[in-house]
Amino acid sequence: MSESTATADILDRFGPGAAMAGTPALPWLERLRAGARQRVAATGLPTPKLESWKYTNLRPLEKLIFGPQAQERISIDRLPSLLPQGQSAQRLVFVNGLFRPDLSTRTALPDGVRAGSLAEALAEGNGGELSDLLGQIAGSGEGQAMLDLNTAMMTDGFLLHIGAGVRLELPIEVIYLGAAPREPQAFHPRSLIVMEENSRAIVVEHHDGIGDGAYFANHGCEVRVGKGAELRHYKVQAEAEDAIHLANLHVEVHAKGVYDNFILTRGARLSRNEVSVRLTAPGAECHLNGVYMLRGDQHCDNTTTIEHLAPETASREVFKGVLDERARGVFQGKIVVHPKAQRSDGHQLSKALLLSDSAEIDAKPELEIYADDVKCSHGATAGDMDREALFYLRARGIPEETARHMLIEAFLSDTINSLAAEGLCPALMSSVGHWLSDAATGGEL
Amino acid sequence: MLEIKNLHATVGGKGILKGLNLTIGAGEVHAIMGPNGSGKSTLSYVLSGREGYDVTEGEVIYQGRNLLEMAPEERAGAGVFLAFQYPVEIPGVPNTTFLREAVNAVRKYRNEPTLDPMAFMKVLRGKIKELGVSDDLIKRPVNVGFSGGEKKRNEILQMALLNPALAILDETDSGLDIDALKTVADGVNTLRAPDRSVLIITHYQRLLDYIVPDHVHVLAHGRIARSGGKELAQELEKTGYAGFTGEAA
Repeated sequence: MSESTATADILDRFGPGAAMAGTPALPWLERLRAGARQRVAATGLPTPKLESWKYTNLRPLEKLIFGPQAQERISIDRLPSLLPQGQSAQRLVFVNGLFRPDLSTRTALPDGVRAGSLAEALAEGNGGELSDLLGQIAGSGEGQAMLDLNTAMMTDGFLLHIGAGVRLELPIEVIYLGAAPREPQAFHPRSLIVMEENSRAIVVEHHDGIGDGAYFANHGCEVRVGKGAELRHYKVQAEAEDAIHLANLHVEVHAKGVYDNFILTRGARLSRNEVSVRLTAPGAECHLNGVYMLRGDQHCDNTTTIEHLAPETASREVFKGVLDERARGVFQGKIVVHPKAQRSDGHQLSKALLLSDSAEIDAKPELEIYADDVKCSHGATAGDMDREALFYLRARGIPEETARHMLIEAFLSDTINSLAAEGLCPALMSSVGHWLSDAATGGEL
Repeated sequence: MLEIKNLHATVGGKGILKGLNLTIGAGEVHAIMGPNGSGKSTLSYVLSGREGYDVTEGEVIYQGRNLLEMAPEERAGAGVFLAFQYPVEIPGVPNTTFLREAVNAVRKYRNEPTLDPMAFMKVLRGKIKELGVSDDLIKRPVNVGFSGGEKKRNEILQMALLNPALAILDETDSGLDIDALKTVADGVNTLRAPDRSVLIITHYQRLLDYIVPDHVHVLAHGRIARSGGKELAQELEKTGYAGFTGEAA
C-alpha cells in the first residue's frame, strides 16, 4: 500500500460498505467497527517493515481490484467435506463469507448449544450478549491491522455457543468456500466460539475454493474456553490456487480449560495464520499444532503467540512443513511467561523438510520469560529428505516416488496422529495424500 | 546367476574396486572375506545401486541383464536383495506397512497379484513364527529403537518375505550374539535352493560355521586375491589377513 494513499481508500478497496447483511444497526457494533476502521486507516496494512511481518509481504493483495459480491454467479455442485455424511452434529456452509442455509445441514442440537450464523444471531436480537464477546476477546491492541480490517468489514461467520456442562460428541463442521467467477472477491468472515464451564466440543473448519479466480479471505475468530472446558479446533486450508487466506485467531483459556488447535495448510498462494492464545488462569492448557505442504510459489506463514498469564499453565506447539519447488514457509512462535506464571511449562518445535534447493523456511522461535520457576524449550530444524532412508526403501523394491511419499507422510504423521480427536486423523492424513498425488499429476514436478 | 567382470568403482573419486572378477552360479553360496577397507561394502552397494558409487569400468551381468543400468527398486524386483550392514531407522513408518509395501512392490515387478492387508498379515505371521522373530518388531516403526540383533533379524525377515534369487549379506554377522547369528543362518539356509544364490560378505569366519559356503574368496585392494573352497575360511581364521594387507603390486 503506497503511503500517500488516502486512508479511507484502504477500506474502500475491500468491497462494498460494511453493514452486516440484514443486521439491525446496533450502536455497540457500530462503535466497534468505527474504532477498528480508524485504527486500520491510521496504520495502513502491515508491511515487512513491521517485525511481525518481516517475512510476509502483502504486495499480492495490492494488485487485486475487488468487484462487487458475486454470490449469485457461484454454482456449487459438491461440498468438500472432511467428515462422512452423518458424522457431524451440524454442517454450516459459508460462500464468500455469507451463510448459506440452503447448503447447510442443521440437525437438532442438545439444549444449551447454539451453532449458526453470527449475522443471524445479531438479527435475532442477541446483540446484548454478543457485545460482551465480539471484539472483546481479541481486544483492540496495536498491530492488529488485519483483524481490524476484519472487524470494520465483517459480514458474517459462524457462532458456536456451548452451554455449561454440555459435551458434544460429534464435531461441528464449518465449510468456508471461496469463489471469484469474474472479478476478484474479498470477504471478511468473523466467527465466535464460546465454551461455557466444563463443556466440550470439536470444531472442524474446512476452507476450500471453487474454480480458479483470485479471492481474498480475511478471517477473524475469537474463542473463549471456560473453566474446565475443552475445545478441539481443527482447520484444513485448501483454498484455490490464486487465493489469499489470512486468519486471525484470538483465544482465551480459563482455569483448567484445554484448547487444542490444529491447522493443515495446503492451499492458497499466500496464507498466514496468526494465532494468539492467553492462558489466563491456573491449569489452563493449549496445544497449537500444524502441518503445511507447499509447492510452486506458495507462501505460508504461521505466527503464534502464547501468553502464560497464570501459574501452572502449559503449552505445546509443533509445526511441520514440507516445502517443494520455490515455496516458502514462515514460522514465528512466541511464548511469553508472565511474572505470575510460576511452574508453567511451554514447549515449541518447528521442523521443515525442504524438497528443493529453491524452497525456503524462516523459523523464528522466541521465548520471553519473566518468571523463575518454569520449564520452557524451543527448537527448529530444517533439512532435506533422508537419502539413506530413501535408498533403503528403494532397495526393497519400493519405487522412488512411492518411497518419497512414504517418507513425507512419515514426517508429518506423528503430528497428525497426536491429535486428541483421533477420529479425524485418517481424514487429515488423506488430505496429505491429496497434496502428494497433486504432485504426481501436476505439470511442475 | 551373477557375473562380475573387471569391475572398477570409485567412491568420492577414490578408487576402491580395481578389476574385480567373480562368477556366481545358480544354487551356489559364495563368501567374500577380507580385511577392513578392502572394498567389501563397496561391492555390496555397487550391486544394490546405491548413489555415490561410480562404476568406471567393467560390467555386472545378472540373469542375463546389465545390472548396473537398473534402478535399485528394479534390482530388488528382479530378485537382488541386500541385507544391510547398517539397517536404516525410519521413524513414522510402521514396520508392517513397510514390509507390505515392499512385498507388493516386488510382487508387481514379478507380475504376481498384490496382497491385501489381511492376506499379507497371514504371510507375515507365518514368516515371523518360522524365523522366531518377536511380534513386537513388526509393530514398531522400521528399525527405530531396535537393538543390533533385532535390526539384523528384521533384515532376514525382509529377505524371507521378498524371496530373492540373489541374496547379498553385508557383514550381517557383525555384532550378533549366538542366537541372532543362528536366526540369520537359519534364514539363509532355508532360502538355499538350486535356483537361488547367496553372497556372504564378512570379516570373520564365524557365520560360515552355520552357512557353509561352496566357494570362499579373499578380497584385497579392490580385487579377488585368492579363491578356494570352504577350507579357505578356516585357514584365514588361523593365519588372518596378514598375507593380503600389504600394498598390491
